[in-house]
Amino acid sequence: MLDDKDRIFTNIYGQEPWSLEYARKRGDWNNTKDIIAKGRDWVIEEMKKSGLRGRGGAGFPTGMKWSFMPKQSDKPCYLVINADESEPGTCKDRDILRNEPHKLLEGALIAGFAIGANRCYIYIRGEFCNEGSTVVKAIEEAYANGLLGKNAAGSGWDYDVVLHRGGGAYICGEETALIESIEGKKGQPRNKPPFPAAAGLYSCPTTINNVETISCAPAIMRRGGEWFSKIGPNEKNTGTKLFCISGHVNQPCNVEEAMGIPLKELIEKHAGGVRGGWDNVLAIIPGGSSTPLLPKEICDTVTMDFDSLRAVQSGLGTAGVIVMDKSTDIVYAIARLSYFYMHESCGQCTPCREGTGWMWRTMQRLVKGHAELEEIDMLLEVSKQIEGHTICAHGDASAWPIQGLMRHFRPEVERRILEYRKMAA
Amino acid sequence: MKKPFDMYAPYQPESFAFRDTGKVQEILGRYPVGKQQSGIMPLLDLAQRQVGEDGAKASPVYGGWIPRAAMDEIANICNVPPIKVYEVATFYSMYNLAPVGKYLIQACTTTPCWLCGSADVVKTCEKELGIHMGETTKDGLFTLVEVECLGACVNAPMVQINDDYYEDLNVERMKSVLNDLSAGKQPTVGSQTGRKCSMALSGATTLKAKSA
Repeated sequence: MLDDKDRIFTNIYGQEPWSLEYARKRGDWNNTKDIIAKGRDWVIEEMKKSGLRGRGGAGFPTGMKWSFMPKQSDKPCYLVINADESEPGTCKDRDILRNEPHKLLEGALIAGFAIGANRCYIYIRGEFCNEGSTVVKAIEEAYANGLLGKNAAGSGWDYDVVLHRGGGAYICGEETALIESIEGKKGQPRNKPPFPAAAGLYSCPTTINNVETISCAPAIMRRGGEWFSKIGPNEKNTGTKLFCISGHVNQPCNVEEAMGIPLKELIEKHAGGVRGGWDNVLAIIPGGSSTPLLPKEICDTVTMDFDSLRAVQSGLGTAGVIVMDKSTDIVYAIARLSYFYMHESCGQCTPCREGTGWMWRTMQRLVKGHAELEEIDMLLEVSKQIEGHTICAHGDASAWPIQGLMRHFRPEVERRILEYRKMAA
Repeated sequence: MKKPFDMYAPYQPESFAFRDTGKVQEILGRYPVGKQQSGIMPLLDLAQRQVGEDGAKASPVYGGWIPRAAMDEIANICNVPPIKVYEVATFYSMYNLAPVGKYLIQACTTTPCWLCGSADVVKTCEKELGIHMGETTKDGLFTLVEVECLGACVNAPMVQINDDYYEDLNVERMKSVLNDLSAGKQPTVGSQTGRKCSMALSGATTLKAKSA
């Protein structure tokens, strides 16, 4: 188990106030200017050394992303922080926003400096109304104490942070949709290239990072990339990670743990175990709604990191662990996710707009078994037609839960069809 | 999914003006010169809140929503054609384009909440308030709608009422929140079991030195 001394988020449950006074006691904003004095290349190099991979779901190496930004630019550069946390099963950023906002702001300054940005927009989902107000207050506090604004924290770097509230659209968690949304448009993803590092917000070079990613930066700079890289199973899966454990567990909670912790250990140590005991597990979604579910046999041994979960045809995603026990109607649980993806499709690409609705209607019938056996393969075929054929990953994300269901629970789906047929006869 | 909006409905007021013009200027100042279009979303939110303030004093009461006149005013302020504002307002789920109750109950029914009993919570709301999903009570106090994941899955099931989250609900706790609101009392916001944010109910398993 991760040692308390290696935890980055020491106030994740809000036992102490979020205010600057207490944040400083926890070590935030402690001589930030010394970090910045080491220079842009040092910060990026340290970030690369840490092996930190983006915590928003895709797991792209953060140091590399920062290094894509132009060293010289005629246009202003922007840092955009993605606080549009909406992936079902995920609620970690919310705790950072409401309990550790200064960690985020300090990280924003360091990251902004590293990518050559003097301005940062934090895009928070609109529903996080109170959390947004906390961040606004923290920003005001930081300005009042010279930590933001001209010569931020005495570093010689000018830095402004602005909060932008979303309006309730899951798709705005996609980075280019998020940019569109800040620009005052519908949140419809853009084609890439150009990538945001070349033309992002207002067509200027832009880096977009998740809240947790940015909030890890100060600790990595203070303790060194090497410290971070030593936590976790291997050099590709490093550091600490906030896990959200929801569903059929005795004590649902968020917890910061080492990357690569066994799934079973995570649930039994921190979430009070599965309702009715470990043997009562039916399936677990390991990384937020878009990652395919895993049946108990895999859950018994799988470890929670990007590559181990990928090896079992799922993913770490946002580390939103959704536990389902044997009482669960597994087909409905996935069908409900299909409804979610249909509802949140932005409507731009035909395969996703039409396909998500089609899949939801089919899934609805499969819940009851009111379908033909061939329709299972037809559904899988349609999911393959959506996956990879859309501008953004929303189409893929809508296909994966269904593919995961059929991979591991096809006999259950077939059983319902046969039973329905018997009843109808 | 896009929401329909009836710009010629009888409830649409003739005109709209922002009361807090200083706030409007502050919002526009958040974005670079020439990028006033970025102000559309915060201004829609401001308009909805202003209407909500008026509604709280009206009889019968109503909640915040955005009249077409407000959208036209925002188009004017941001110097964009009105359709640019309509497009945004109809795209995002939080902008109410028709009158709603004073308390807008948004019940999350996505899988993590559903696993923990959101169906019972919804049923409780429907039974206690005597309305179905999508309807408003006759006294204008409550509107009940279904929403997608609100990002509080560890505290499932939950509902959002106006700006506040009410978490760790069950039938009894949901009833109690509704009773408080009906009686004009402010219920405790957040977890209804009294746990601290997303800490395990039985206490933290980490950082124990702090929770002691």
